[in-house]
Amino acid sequence: MTIGIQTAAYVFASILFILSLGGLSSQESAKRGVFYGIVGMAIAILATVLGQGVHGQVYIIMAIAIASVIGILLARKVEMTSMPQLVAILHSFVGLAAVLVGYGSYLDPKTQALPAAEHNIHLIEVFIGVFIGAITFTGSIIAWGKLEGKIMSKPLLYPGRHAVNIILLIASIVLGVLFAGAEGTNGLLYLYIMTAFAGFIGVMLVMAIGGADMPVVVSMLNSYSGWAASAAGFMLGNDLLIVTGALVGSSGAILSIIMCEAMNRSFISVILGGFGAVAASGDATAMEGEVTAMNHEEVADFLKEAKSIVIVPGYGMAVAKAQYPIYDMVQTLQKAGKKVRFAIHPVAGRLPGHMNVLLAEANVPYDIVMEMDEINPDLPETDVVMVIGANDVVNPGAQDDPSSPIYGMPVIEAWKAEKVIIMKRSMSVGYAGVENPLFYKPNAEMLYGDAKDSVEKILGFLKA
Amino acid sequence: MKVGVPSEIFPNELRVAATPKTVKRLQKQGFEIYIQHNAGIKANFSDKDFEEAGAKIVATAGEIYGNSDIVLKVKEPSLEEVDLMREGLVMLSYLWPAQNQPLLQKLADKKVNAVAMDAIPRISRAQKMDVLSSMANIAGYRAVIEGSYHFGRFLNGQITAAGKVEPAKVLVIGAGVAGLASIGAANSLGAIVRAFDTRKEVAEQIESMGAQFLTVEIEEDGATASGYSKEMSKAFIDAEMALFKAQAAEVDIIITTAQIPGRPAPKLILADHVAVMKPGSVIVDLAASSGGNCELTKNGEVYTTDNGVTIIGKLNQLPAQASQLYGNNLCHLLDDMGKAEKWKIDMEDAVVSRAMVTYNGKINWPPAPLPVSPAKPKAAEVVVEDPKVVSARKNKKEATSMIIKLSVIGMFLLMLGQFAPSAFMQHFTVFVLAVFIGWQVIWNVSHSLHTPLMAVTNAISGIIIVGGLLQTTDDISSPMTIIAFVAILVASINIVGGFVVTHRMLKMFKK
Repeated sequence: MTIGIQTAAYVFASILFILSLGGLSSQESAKRGVFYGIVGMAIAILATVLGQGVHGQVYIIMAIAIASVIGILLARKVEMTSMPQLVAILHSFVGLAAVLVGYGSYLDPKTQALPAAEHNIHLIEVFIGVFIGAITFTGSIIAWGKLEGKIMSKPLLYPGRHAVNIILLIASIVLGVLFAGAEGTNGLLYLYIMTAFAGFIGVMLVMAIGGADMPVVVSMLNSYSGWAASAAGFMLGNDLLIVTGALVGSSGAILSIIMCEAMNRSFISVILGGFGAVAASGDATAMEGEVTAMNHEEVADFLKEAKSIVIVPGYGMAVAKAQYPIYDMVQTLQKAGKKVRFAIHPVAGRLPGHMNVLLAEANVPYDIVMEMDEINPDLPETDVVMVIGANDVVNPGAQDDPSSPIYGMPVIEAWKAEKVIIMKRSMSVGYAGVENPLFYKPNAEMLYGDAKDSVEKILGFLKA
Repeated sequence: MKVGVPSEIFPNELRVAATPKTVKRLQKQGFEIYIQHNAGIKANFSDKDFEEAGAKIVATAGEIYGNSDIVLKVKEPSLEEVDLMREGLVMLSYLWPAQNQPLLQKLADKKVNAVAMDAIPRISRAQKMDVLSSMANIAGYRAVIEGSYHFGRFLNGQITAAGKVEPAKVLVIGAGVAGLASIGAANSLGAIVRAFDTRKEVAEQIESMGAQFLTVEIEEDGATASGYSKEMSKAFIDAEMALFKAQAAEVDIIITTAQIPGRPAPKLILADHVAVMKPGSVIVDLAASSGGNCELTKNGEVYTTDNGVTIIGKLNQLPAQASQLYGNNLCHLLDDMGKAEKWKIDMEDAVVSRAMVTYNGKINWPPAPLPVSPAKPKAAEVVVEDPKVVSARKNKKEATSMIIKLSVIGMFLLMLGQFAPSAFMQHFTVFVLAVFIGWQVIWNVSHSLHTPLMAVTNAISGIIIVGGLLQTTDDISSPMTIIAFVAILVASINIVGGFVVTHRMLKMFKK
């Protein structure tokens, strides 16, 4: 295969990738989008393998075959509720691959033979690629650990952590200068040390971020994995990698921005971490009113009398896997002629769009699933809002309490409805660690217990 | 304070404005209750029942009207009854102020403060005192019962050993409170129920009660701010009539409930509609007292036409039940007006000011129209600045910052071009363009697809496999090949896993 044909194939693959991402603009075209992506990927791999200067096809086929089995098993087995973990661990793979490709490129005899100026640029590219790759790798592993519950989700904050990170960053730059100056492959040691530093920065970066900010972290790592691929493209002089990496990188960046806007927090403050730490002062605000609790039968009675019902799901629904009984309940209510809709906050759950996927899994038609901005104007005319395992996204403090750490974050205005029923495991605070004044509102009632159990019991009373 | 309840003198009026239960409630509110001898007898409440509930029995109407502070009544008083009333008396009853001008004048002259229970505005807060609704509910139910009685057949369908019985078809015209109550009652008796209303918004309510919503193919909505329907255009009425005629030939029972406040009821069922109806079918006209929805209705009478259609122009009022609900409505109103100790006629109150049709010798009718929703405070006007000026200023600001940004970026690119080799610049061009494309494309991604987006970008970022592919050599022992092998492995997991899981997720999204 000539270079010309290979380039043409790469261009075609790039176009397919762009179409693939563009296809996700609506549910109807999304499946086609995935198809484009798969075709693009196949073309890219084939064009590379069949191109000039590729050896060891046997090993390549072996590696791909093993990986395909692992990949399919992984993707088949994963539950929709643990989607964030899967996404995080896949990010770490990209990071790892970027690191490995960087090392490989450094060791490649062909690159040693480059003219001085180009060789220097190449070394810088390798260095940056490995740096980003290593951060992505360790950061994603920590994110996975936090999401999986293997590592506590509370932010790990120690004094002077910013200073440590900056020192490590400067040290890495110094190492980079030394690395670029080293003859042949003598710079390998510097590269090792820098990789260790970058890995440590990655760990610390994610450790410092609280559970509530997890959607931002995951999308940020998504972005990093793209930039890592792009950097690899620079070091290999491969435009396809550059284009694809840039697409993924900007996609992750946009998701991070959307998530940050949804929480009214600046990107920088999320990355620097420490959401949970502010919470202690939030408790100081005395709560007025009384928390009242209900039992399942009373909730069912309220639902029977309501005409319009809005359900606000949150992470609690995901944990309890309550989406199936919830949709059962919704269908029962709909049959009784009630208007039932879902309201999804952009940061509900631990992954952008997490709730949508869970509801889709339970076959909830997407036209009754509303976004926050669509539903908020309707809430004053709503009879009952059921908050299922969500907390911070319905916190009125975000609007009226300037001392609240989440002040200014757009929230679903559940308290404007006639009645709010909050299903929750206990009175504990949400991921942001902030007390929720909603529970103390006179029109709010608590229903304690596991979301799935509770919904099933309510369903029992509704059908009785 | 003394509350008096006289007997109703109108012969067909069976209700009474208080029942033993409401007497107890009124006492709790702090009132003393006086009931005229035998006032409740037609509704099956004896004097003894009232006495046991704590009321005092009075022999004549004169004593009630002369000594009470408040009089509770059902039917509007006759002019003779007004003569008995003392000055300053507060009287609660039906009044139909729009039709009863002379009566209003007389009440005003006597300085009686009369509350027309039928003029309570139909707002959410006043629902508990809305006698029209509570009485309409009874009428709607009763219409089905009496219609069914005169129809003389099963309403539900049955398949028995003796043969099959077709279910009866009931058409309800007007889905107000009475109409909905009729639908509910007819539906639970097993009939096939259809309902018509000019207001499109009630379609949902009709369906929720178990009836099929009939409509005409003309875009016109009869809803008004008052909650009643308005009169419709000629084209609409023609289409409506055609619909009714078709239905009349098919259905067994027609229940009409259409009324327009202060005006004669609209004629919906014409003589030729009745003519096409099957013998034995029934029309129940709940609007009989205001002229009837059917041309052939005779108010207060039940009769059968020549072609065997029974037209019902009067209904049993279920007096005990109706008295109880009416009495409750009155209690709620008295409760709202401050009970005995804090009694106050508050002419600022939205409900009292509209229902109090004579006050301090003046006629207070017709009332001020009710705002549909409370007028918004005009806080927005505090912003003095012209939005155009503001946006112009904003534009200017944005333009300046854009120029600064662009010059910084330009400088950076110049520097880069100065030092970097040309091959790098080519790649860099591709990179920057790709970032821009990505930026444009991703903003269009729908919120609900963010998780699939992530999974798919994840798969695509596995493109880094290309790096590994290029670095593999034929010598498996060389460190480069081992590294490349691992890189290909992890990147492929990503590609395959990412695409498969995305596909799995997207399969679940459906409308």
